[in-house]
Amino acid sequence: MKLTTALLGAACALSFAPAAFADRGTDGEVKFTFPQAVSIMNPFLSSGTKDVYAASLVLEPLAGFDADGNIIPKLVTEIPTLENGGISADLTSITWKLLPDLKWSDGSPVTADDAVFTAAYCMDPAGGCAQLSKFDSVAKVEAVDASTVKVTFTGPKPNPYTAFVGALSPLLQKAQFAACQGAAAPTCTDPNNMPIGTGPFKVTGFTVNDTVTLAMNENYRDPAKPAFASAVIKGGGDAEGSARAVMETGEFDYAWNTQIPPDSQASMTAAGKGEFVVAFGTLVERIEMNMTDPDPALPEGERATVKHPHPILSDIKVRTALSKAIDRQILSDVGYGAGGMPTCNVIPAPAAWASDNTGCIAQDMEGAKKLLDEAGWVPGADGIREKDGKKLHILYQSTVNPIRQDFQALVKDWWTELGVDVELKAIDPSVFFGGDAGSPDTFQKFYADVEMYANNSDGTDPETYLSQYQCVNAPSPDNQWQGENMNRFCDPAYDAKVKVLSTTVDVAERQKLAKELNDMVTKDSMVVVPLVHRGTLSAHSNTLGGVKINAWDSEMWNVADWFRVK
Amino acid sequence: MLTFTLRRLLLAIPTLLVISLVIFLLVDLAPGSPMSEIPLTVPPDVRRKMIEALGADQPVFFRYFLWLRQFFWVEPVTLFDGWFGTSWAGGEQRILSWQSRAPVFTIIGQRIPQTLTVIGTAYLVGILIALPIGIYSAYRQYSLFDQLGTLIAMIGFSVPTFFSGTLIIIIFAVTLGWFPTKYDTNLHVTDWASFVKQLQQMAMPVMTLGLANAAVISRYMRSSMLDNMGMDYVRTARAKGLTERVVVLKHVLRNSMIPVVTVIALGIPSIFGGAIITENLFGVNGIGAALIGAIHASDLPMVQTLAFIFAVLIVTFNLIADVLYGLLDPRIRYD
Repeated sequence: MKLTTALLGAACALSFAPAAFADRGTDGEVKFTFPQAVSIMNPFLSSGTKDVYAASLVLEPLAGFDADGNIIPKLVTEIPTLENGGISADLTSITWKLLPDLKWSDGSPVTADDAVFTAAYCMDPAGGCAQLSKFDSVAKVEAVDASTVKVTFTGPKPNPYTAFVGALSPLLQKAQFAACQGAAAPTCTDPNNMPIGTGPFKVTGFTVNDTVTLAMNENYRDPAKPAFASAVIKGGGDAEGSARAVMETGEFDYAWNTQIPPDSQASMTAAGKGEFVVAFGTLVERIEMNMTDPDPALPEGERATVKHPHPILSDIKVRTALSKAIDRQILSDVGYGAGGMPTCNVIPAPAAWASDNTGCIAQDMEGAKKLLDEAGWVPGADGIREKDGKKLHILYQSTVNPIRQDFQALVKDWWTELGVDVELKAIDPSVFFGGDAGSPDTFQKFYADVEMYANNSDGTDPETYLSQYQCVNAPSPDNQWQGENMNRFCDPAYDAKVKVLSTTVDVAERQKLAKELNDMVTKDSMVVVPLVHRGTLSAHSNTLGGVKINAWDSEMWNVADWFRVK
Repeated sequence: MLTFTLRRLLLAIPTLLVISLVIFLLVDLAPGSPMSEIPLTVPPDVRRKMIEALGADQPVFFRYFLWLRQFFWVEPVTLFDGWFGTSWAGGEQRILSWQSRAPVFTIIGQRIPQTLTVIGTAYLVGILIALPIGIYSAYRQYSLFDQLGTLIAMIGFSVPTFFSGTLIIIIFAVTLGWFPTKYDTNLHVTDWASFVKQLQQMAMPVMTLGLANAAVISRYMRSSMLDNMGMDYVRTARAKGLTERVVVLKHVLRNSMIPVVTVIALGIPSIFGGAIITENLFGVNGIGAALIGAIHASDLPMVQTLAFIFAVLIVTFNLIADVLYGLLDPRIRYD
């Protein structure tokens, strides 16, 4: 009886997951194509997601996130929590235990010293580390013993899963990067391009902004993985070309970031060689309302600052009317197809953190008109509403991007129907997002009435993201126009709640607070008008198995489990 | 002739210095920031520190003189060291790309071979197609062949490569499945099979660019031939009883080549410059793709260095074209 059960079980396992029993390196090569080519394999010096994702095949953090946003151990025995004592009772430290016998791809052992070094590397003031915020409020990182890493914070830290968690803050090998700390960091071309890691693959060749070739890591901790003997990442071209190479010609197995128009998505899927997968993270395309007056007649230094409230948009009725007039479903369908869905939230995901706010989805043109009437804006002779002899005129800016220009045109139509005179402006993205304090066209300066772009929260916990809407974060001449509160939204009740959030430990309570904060900037005040919850659209070939798209970590987070469907 | 060449070379030095300054200022003053591609989740103070680590916050003239020093001293010495195993450069800072933190000249070195093989072949193919078409079209002016040649040339002239390239991809890669859409840089030609593969992956970019190149050159060839066909010396040659073959190919062609050679020579720097659109479309990691990538990322050292190298090449090939004039036409001498 026992033997039969065991045999049956074995038979079932075999029939369900033949790939799980595939030996290491038996499935040949897996080929990736990225529309933006990989520039560097060191996430700490990278300027974009493309580099972080490519590096995630090689470099690994202590812990990562799975497809649902749950934290999972990678190089450690378990996730430290308050219950298992890994997080100190006063929340000021977290202790990680490394897996036994863990090896770098060169065969040398991974020790706690590597983690201590990685922290010192990123926190070096001269190094220009791009992921410095992952080490925010870290007081020190020490090696308790060879396999125990203790991270101490400057104060209680309710969410300690920042340093060494996720693809943005992986472990570097001390031996390889020892000479690359501080000002020397950018000059270490070889280590930056060919880092030694613990991941399923190791770099064998790197051509800047073109191709990365990788081979399986013989020292990977699971002796049966990865199934692929080698990997190659080819970069460059455009999203359309990448998608075509997977979906129509079948030259590649996986294409990251294939954001293409909905009609092309449909025609490429029809070719039958692959499928599109979407990862919905926290990226939201939104219209931000300017609460201050961007009138060019105001003197420089006072324009678009809290000194002068916006003459039109300070009225919540106007803001609500503008939001009501928009049909978010149409925007999502036209712009993103499968890669988007309408939303009313700034925090649209993970589900446990997202407010159940859906009131804005249905368009309500009549309601919007009524609100403007109530606010005293009545249609003039030319159909444009006016109040006290002033026309309802709105300057609506965004970046140069075909989808955003479509959105601008659609929204302009709806607002014109409402009786608003809309002027559109499109700015080059490198200027708009460039943050140059000397340019009038940055999104921080916000010399317009409303502006549209997309922003997202980093990771699953939105505390940092929500704290951006505090009064002090408003860009102004005093802080060289730096700061993330583009709207100059200022509500003491909001700031107080953010403070409560920063000291709350209980996850359920944090989620409740996050939802309340989300509602305060969206449906309660209409300062932020969310439009579309955007996913990352990627494509993979039908012959590639094991792909589980993930918005909370690298999309290749489980590449060790990928296999060739035979 | 020698003094002329020397004078031109000396004159090129101040010209190039001014060009380098103008390029530097243009690129530097253009709006945009090397940080614009960084996700918005990176906070402003971290961005500021990253800019400081790049040295991008230094005053513009400081950076210009640093670049001059690196371009004219550090890079040549490093190259010399690389050849002869010396260590004169002493680990001095080379020109580093802001985007990839790799030396700009290493990147250029990686990319030149692809550009030269693909764009160079397309140029050569273009010339080989254009010359016979131009010659025959002129010889049989207004014939069916001439009309057809004009039509194809007009198509080559007016259809942009991003359109013709995509069309070629859809026909030859998606529908027929003959050629790959992405150029494989790691392919090394070692045997017949890999050579065939190399030809396959070069076919589509060469077709796209070859059409455009052939269109331009064939028009020049045709009009130049037409100018000469009616000349007195051609009538004389015919009166002497020379065969048509000798008249056209020896007398007319040689004289007609003068302007065409200039056009061809002046087009050579553009081979090194790569083809921005075509390279991007077919995933050829050439110089053009590097340039547009660097422009998108506001990678100033890379853009500046590439633009300046193009300037050097253009000045050089202008000089070469002038010297070639003298060789082809004994009447033109610069003494």
